[in-house]
Amino acid sequence: MARTSSPRHAKPGRRLIVFALILVALYGLMALSKTWAPRLGLDLRGGTTITLTAHNNSDGSAPSKENLETARTIIQKRVDALGVGESSVTLQGDRQIQVAVPNVSNDELVQLVGTTAQLAFRNVYSASQSQSATSSPSASVNPTAPVTSGLPPSPTPTPTPQTAPATAGLPPSPTPTPTPRPTAPASAPADFSTLLNWQPSAQDDADFDKFRCGDAFPNVPDQPLFACSEDGTTKYLLGPELISGTHVTNAQAEIPQGEVAWVVSLEFDSAGADRFSQATTHLAQQSSPMNQFAIVLDGKVISAPSVSSAITGGSAQISGGNINATTSKALANELKFGALPVSFDVSSVDSVSASLGGDQLQAGLIAGLIGLGLVIVYSFLYYRGLGIVVVGSLGAAALVTWAVIVLLGATVGFAMNLPGIAGAIVAIGVTADSFIVYFERIRDEIRDGFSLPHSIQSGWGKARGTIVMADAVQLLSAVVLFILAIGEVKGFAFTLGVTTAIDLFVVFFFTHPLVTLLGRTHFFGTGQRFSGFEPEHLGVSRASLLGRRRTRQSHPGGGSASSGTGAAKARTARSSAGVGAKESR
Amino acid sequence: MSQPVGTDKAPRPGAGEHEPKGNFTHRLYTGEFEFSFVPHARRWYTISAILLLISVVALFTRGLNLGIDFKGGSVFTVPVSSVSSQTVPDFKQVLTRSAVPNLEGYEVTTVGGDSVRIQTRSLGNDEVSTLRHELADSAQTTPEKVNYSLIGPSWGQQITDKALQALVVFLVLVGLMIWLFFREWRMSVSALVALGHDLLVTVGFYALVGFTVTPATLIGVLTILGYSLYDTVVVFDKVRENTREITKQDRTFSEAANVAVNQVLVRSINTTLIGILPVLALLIAGIGFLGGEGPLADLGLALLIGMVTGAYSSIFIATPLLAQLREAEPAMKRHVASLERRRSRSAAKVSVTTTVATGEHTPSQLSGATLPTTLQPGTRTQPVHKTRSQRRK
Repeated sequence: MARTSSPRHAKPGRRLIVFALILVALYGLMALSKTWAPRLGLDLRGGTTITLTAHNNSDGSAPSKENLETARTIIQKRVDALGVGESSVTLQGDRQIQVAVPNVSNDELVQLVGTTAQLAFRNVYSASQSQSATSSPSASVNPTAPVTSGLPPSPTPTPTPQTAPATAGLPPSPTPTPTPRPTAPASAPADFSTLLNWQPSAQDDADFDKFRCGDAFPNVPDQPLFACSEDGTTKYLLGPELISGTHVTNAQAEIPQGEVAWVVSLEFDSAGADRFSQATTHLAQQSSPMNQFAIVLDGKVISAPSVSSAITGGSAQISGGNINATTSKALANELKFGALPVSFDVSSVDSVSASLGGDQLQAGLIAGLIGLGLVIVYSFLYYRGLGIVVVGSLGAAALVTWAVIVLLGATVGFAMNLPGIAGAIVAIGVTADSFIVYFERIRDEIRDGFSLPHSIQSGWGKARGTIVMADAVQLLSAVVLFILAIGEVKGFAFTLGVTTAIDLFVVFFFTHPLVTLLGRTHFFGTGQRFSGFEPEHLGVSRASLLGRRRTRQSHPGGGSASSGTGAAKARTARSSAGVGAKESR
Repeated sequence: MSQPVGTDKAPRPGAGEHEPKGNFTHRLYTGEFEFSFVPHARRWYTISAILLLISVVALFTRGLNLGIDFKGGSVFTVPVSSVSSQTVPDFKQVLTRSAVPNLEGYEVTTVGGDSVRIQTRSLGNDEVSTLRHELADSAQTTPEKVNYSLIGPSWGQQITDKALQALVVFLVLVGLMIWLFFREWRMSVSALVALGHDLLVTVGFYALVGFTVTPATLIGVLTILGYSLYDTVVVFDKVRENTREITKQDRTFSEAANVAVNQVLVRSINTTLIGILPVLALLIAGIGFLGGEGPLADLGLALLIGMVTGAYSSIFIATPLLAQLREAEPAMKRHVASLERRRSRSAAKVSVTTTVATGEHTPSQLSGATLPTTLQPGTRTQPVHKTRSQRRK
């Protein structure tokens, strides 16, 4: 019966095995990563999503990719410092940064991520070990490194590895009662030399003794600051802000010519250079720890280099200490961020409670079930037995989709959000469409007088092109949407694209082989009632369906065996072409 | 509406007696019954022109009802135990007495049976915090349970810009893609015209009815692009198949295209229905379970409208337009003219043997062939002796 099918198509079993193997591989990967459920977006499990739009301070244009990435890293650090876990900070489009923090409905969060970084240079008055609950004292890293002028090839870098002297070894009092501090700067900016010569009061010293890393302390430019190193092991009593980060024009990690060690080079604008020169002149005369200045980013001391000589000329190098390839780059980036001419607008904030998230998830799943149910009912009503193929293929597509979404969540952090679910539901239609295109093609072929086995193959040959093209268009729209869109649209486009690609895979490796196999069964192959291939419905005779017409033709009454495909013959391009050629000769 | 197309219809002696009845879809396929999609192009164009006119007028007079995402503002959704007639006035009181200044112009609506939605101007961070506490207090819940979203004034513009950018890029790419696939720029043009039609009608519908336009609506409208083209591609694929070497066929491009549309009609209706069913599910769940708020309902609505117009346009706009574009070609004009000559001549004759085809090939012998040359021994006109000059006609 299947003589007419070309051998190329004759191995549906092999394709099904390939399909099964791929499915097993996908689920094997899931087992390896031990994740069985997709990552859910915050609109489905509750949380806060903040979208920030960056623009250059100068003209409001989109910042460079590099600057955005630096900003993203810093914001990620700020969010991580909250200790909320599983937060994500991602770049979206060419100027958006999206911050997603689950299960937190913290009003401070918006403030925290939205503010521009505050980079400042302050004098160090006292430095001591701090015991904080979060960090172990043994992991003490000394952020102190000498700073030298970057202009001449450094006149003896004075590598005095400053170990912060434990001036106050006494443990901080358990109940700190800090004096209220001003939280806003005075209206009239103080004179620079006053700032430079500022001395801590006895009150400041007493408060500093009680201060522990992790305690809140207002970061006000013209006020002293208690701050800690990034690892929380060393605390500093710092003077008022001497130079703000906006005076830094460039910072980079490099190995200067003729040297072997990494340094971080800093450059200031003219105002900054002038202040830096005054400050270093002053600092060089002091003794440790007061010959250090601290670079403070967002209230944390990221570096506290010591100064051995006055640095004029607006460029400096930080070297020695723990400056190596990695830390120099990190420090340079942080310095750059302080100098980033970028500011952020809070474009949108979405705070979804866990209960609303649950409701949305439920509604999304219900929508999916209803959609799936309707499609299945319709395909059984219209295609009868072939509905099994629709159900099977949709099931196969669902299995693959689930695995892919889970794996994408585990590997690239893709989170399924509500528009994403909507995309997957819309894709049910797209997927079922490709089956319909195929089924209808098979039926067309049968109506053209071909036998069922032949029609299954030749119909596939024709449907394939249509399906590929139609899916390609859908895929194109998904990709364009994904690349260009911002916000919610991305999740929708992503799932729509993924599911469309999966549809192609399923049609080729599951649906077509399955139909071929089913065509060999008695029920489908002979067009039994409810099989979807009933000859009566297709307007052909059973004999034609079975490909036995040739034998009948020789009988005198053969006319009744063949059926109404008369119109079809001239309609097909090939036969018409033949006729046409004859006529126009 | 049924009308004979081409001479290939005529020679069917005895078809009525022998033929198994066949259902409607079968009759559509064989051409026993045929809708005049292409021949009546003017009628469909007129309908679409009216639709487009209504859309444009609605767009300019009523405008789109843009959601908060495009205007900027803050929305709070407060869960309440039950909604009563007192709920809205109660919350209005809260807002009037609020410590947050300048709240005039707020809107309070109930969503479903268990939450209240409050829309205000774009609030600052502290203001959000304050109002959230006040709202939570009056609803006897905790601030964390009060959902809010805050949209900066420029956000909507950014979304719109991005969407328009995506639209343009997509249109250009898809135009190229169809052209590459079908090797026929007229198909690209027709498909894009149909697409523009769908977009405009959908947007016009939103303006007319006044549904709120949200970012999800925008996604929906952009998705229509893909879906509408899906339909068009399916139809065009069949048109291409039927019109291969059309100048050697004894029918015009329009006729062949019309046959193609009729042949894929069932398929188009089916794919559209199957596509619409999940979209309906989105609408049902979005309205039934989430009170019509949020992306499910918005997406569902936009897609529903778009898919219906998409199916309409690929049949009633794209194909007739393609036929007209093709028949404007000189070669096609010649073909049409020669066919008309031939037909007027053959009209005098009872039957012209158009089926003196290629011998006794049957499908099984043409295993590699993609297109069948079907011959019906029973219905076939028997060979009649003719002179060469007679046959040449």
